[in-house]
Amino acid sequence: MELFELTVHALQQKLASRQVSSEEIVKSIFARINKVDDKVKAFITLTEEDALNKAREVDNAGQYKGIAGIPLGLKDLFCTPGVNTTCGSKMLADFVPTYASTAFRRLEEQQGILAGKLNMDEFAMGSSTENSSFFATCNPWDLTRVPGGSSGGSAAAVSADEVPFSLGTDTGGSIRQPASFCGVVGMKPTYGRVSRWGVIAFASSLDQVGVISKDVYDNALIMKIIAGHDHLDSTSAALDVPDYTACLDGDIKGLRVAYPQEYFGSGVDAAIKDAIKKALLKYEELGAIVEEVSLPHSEYALPAYYLVAPAEASANLARFDGVRYGYRDNEAENMEAMFSQTRCQGFGDEVKRRIMLGTYALSSGYYDAYYLKALKVRRLIADDFTRVFKDFDIIVAPTTPTTAFKLGKQSGDPLTLYMNDILTVPVNMAGLPGMSIPCGFDQGMPIGMQIIGKAFDEATIYKAAYAYEQSTNFHTMKPALGVE
Amino acid sequence: MSKDYEVVIGLEVHAELKTQTKIFCSCSTAFGAEPNTQTCPICAGFPGVLPVLNKKVVDLAITTGLALNCEIPNICKFDRKNYFYPDSPKAYQISQFDMPICINGYLDIDVEGRRKRIGINRVHMEEDAGKLVHQGDITTTPFSLVDLNRCGIPLLEIVSEPDMRSAQEARAYMEKLRAMLLFAGVSDCKMQEGSLRCDANVSVRPIGQVEFGTRTEIKNLNSFRALERAIEYEAARHIEAIKGGETLVQETRTWDEEKQLTRSMRSKEEAHDYRYFPEPDLLPLKISQEWVNSIRAAFPEMPEQAQKRLVEEYGLPEYDAQILTLTPDSLAFFDQCLKQYPDAKTISNWMMGEFNRLLNQNNMEIGESKVTAAGLVQMLKSIDDGTISGKMAKMVLEEMFATGNCPEVIIREKGLVQISDEGTLLTLIDDIIKTNPKVVEDYKSGKEKAFGFFAGQIMKATQGQANPTLVNKLLKDRLNHIQ
Repeated sequence: MELFELTVHALQQKLASRQVSSEEIVKSIFARINKVDDKVKAFITLTEEDALNKAREVDNAGQYKGIAGIPLGLKDLFCTPGVNTTCGSKMLADFVPTYASTAFRRLEEQQGILAGKLNMDEFAMGSSTENSSFFATCNPWDLTRVPGGSSGGSAAAVSADEVPFSLGTDTGGSIRQPASFCGVVGMKPTYGRVSRWGVIAFASSLDQVGVISKDVYDNALIMKIIAGHDHLDSTSAALDVPDYTACLDGDIKGLRVAYPQEYFGSGVDAAIKDAIKKALLKYEELGAIVEEVSLPHSEYALPAYYLVAPAEASANLARFDGVRYGYRDNEAENMEAMFSQTRCQGFGDEVKRRIMLGTYALSSGYYDAYYLKALKVRRLIADDFTRVFKDFDIIVAPTTPTTAFKLGKQSGDPLTLYMNDILTVPVNMAGLPGMSIPCGFDQGMPIGMQIIGKAFDEATIYKAAYAYEQSTNFHTMKPALGVE
Repeated sequence: MSKDYEVVIGLEVHAELKTQTKIFCSCSTAFGAEPNTQTCPICAGFPGVLPVLNKKVVDLAITTGLALNCEIPNICKFDRKNYFYPDSPKAYQISQFDMPICINGYLDIDVEGRRKRIGINRVHMEEDAGKLVHQGDITTTPFSLVDLNRCGIPLLEIVSEPDMRSAQEARAYMEKLRAMLLFAGVSDCKMQEGSLRCDANVSVRPIGQVEFGTRTEIKNLNSFRALERAIEYEAARHIEAIKGGETLVQETRTWDEEKQLTRSMRSKEEAHDYRYFPEPDLLPLKISQEWVNSIRAAFPEMPEQAQKRLVEEYGLPEYDAQILTLTPDSLAFFDQCLKQYPDAKTISNWMMGEFNRLLNQNNMEIGESKVTAAGLVQMLKSIDDGTISGKMAKMVLEEMFATGNCPEVIIREKGLVQISDEGTLLTLIDDIIKTNPKVVEDYKSGKEKAFGFFAGQIMKATQGQANPTLVNKLLKDRLNHIQ
């Protein structure tokens, strides 16, 4: 196997045993990127020179602790000092932060090495990465298909072996859905588990940082590094972070697994339902107790989400006014015109659509009927989960209703596109941890299985995911990408 | 003010809190720094940053709530108030909307000897906006500069009930509120620097009517006087409109200090829809009883307690006690004087009279003056031991105020020694009586003014240095002995 194909834990072993240097790994990664990224188009910015310098530093120090010397990719909304952070938007095309997001800082403190910044739907709004202001990313399994979104670049880059792992964010499914489409492992932890400091906000009460990796072990390993309380984020939880890799023993005897009937409705492809049903059988085989349950308010999650998320976004994105940084229309005749023309030209259609939705939902006279009602629905959805989790340890469901669709196929139809999130959004609304792992293929395209856990119980999800993964070989499959 | 109408006033007061750092970041709050030197990515609203609440702000808000007899609910939350303006870098202000930190308080004010209770609807925490600097007038400036130093400075908004019925009451409320905030140590309350700001809601209704009239909000009230004048102007404007059958519009108006009138800023239709919603970046704030108790336990003496002390322990009149407790500096000055000088009323007279006149004349606060408590006491003692007269003392105080010199030095340098030698004074008196026989006759025929003439002549002859008490006594003796 080439170095670029290896998992983080495999690379750790090779570094620790001095079989390879960090420089060799970084060079291998960039050789791979140079070879395939013209096709995949996962990266917005590459930081090759810095990465090589850091790799040499690590090699010279000769200490390979943690993820020292191992490259990584970041969705382009994690602030990186000195490196452009565009959020996939023309608005921030030239924005260079002076501060580092906490998640990235924690990886850097262990001397993880940034390879580059990954493409995304503009301001994380979208499910296909076609809403990037710059270009669309392609699905490594079929370059005519989308990688999912909004963390499409992060999932595609891991899937195409361009980086061993990446960070993404998930507001309504933006880690799990692209992980599912690209056949990789993606975890959105509990809201509050990972600091949001330095992560450009979409919907603050829903956004959560997570990890996309080649396998479950890597995911658990990286999550342990980035998770935990941060005094810079008041919503980050002051709870201890367990050693997630320590519980990966494959033993899930007696694990109580629920599957919600609402997640197997007519909108979900038969092939996907079949794949999940097979996975449930596998769980039974492994000694788990599997039962059907009901999450009756699931159908209201999507409409409620499309009030809460745009409402928060309408405020979060109001700061992009051309006054202090980012894009500005310099032709404007006065201040008001500068504001409106800057925003009109700097934002893409989907972003503008959501700002308008959110502004409307918060307007005087509509607040109670829309925003407040959505908050009540949110409570009901959370209550559904709480009820099920009294008797069960995890919930298993499909991640998406379909596999990756064709590029351009849904971009003109926002409502159809929104339906992609129907199985992932309830988890964000309830603030719970959710993961997607590969569980099969339909006509050559990967299928993802979603595992949902109790609040702050990522450990059980990892344990269950690992047991399944070790008894299947879906995670070892690689897209051909037409290269040798 | 027409007798058939009553004016209804509610005040919204913004007080800048006395913290070292801003409300949601660790930037300094010091006043007067170079533009944009006290900013960071958080208060400048950069992408990806998050607010973290300054605990000291909550301490001061609780202190204020206790000072204003408020309830402090065990939970409050922050909300976003959305509006676009270059002084607001996030394009929303983090404020508190429907669950403020303090509710349902009151403040007692005294106007013309009557005590009145003014309700406090709420006290909430919020962040200040930045400052725009224009070249000349805002409507014609070719560009505007943005200074974000003030952005994120913690503010309390204190909203009264519409319980005031005259400009004097509004002023008394404002003065009392300022005293409370100063004594509680929560704000510097400098109206000129903007650390205490006030908007007035004014409406007028016929006496006896229960419903409120159409209300206007007046902004830009930078002094007690401006507050009083603006309310008087606005009330008169409303009454005139009502009498003339005009319809008043609900609007925001600004006080024009130069022209002494209010001008329309924006109508209700133009009012912002602030689209308040809960701030998702901050968790709801729980305030335990222990937290409140710990602040209550460390509470400083407040104006009303101090007034009581001044009246009961030192026998001062209520009025004196009220004036002396308008600021903590004033009370501290009085207390310091009293340690070294036993006569409270004399101290009070000088503080409220001559000293206060000099302060007002120079637009200064007592703490900014060069006159020390020790200096004032020394001056009072010089009067008592006959070294100087009361009249001379006024000159001495003026000199103390201007130079900061101690009274002894001033008395010596100016040669301000009182003539209390009976022989010297009697020679002068006899001279003046001798040269003015006509006035002596007037005096004898009962004209009191004649006595004043003689006294005046003697003071003139001694350049004011004659001991007035002694002059009066000796003069009376001599005149009564003339047959």
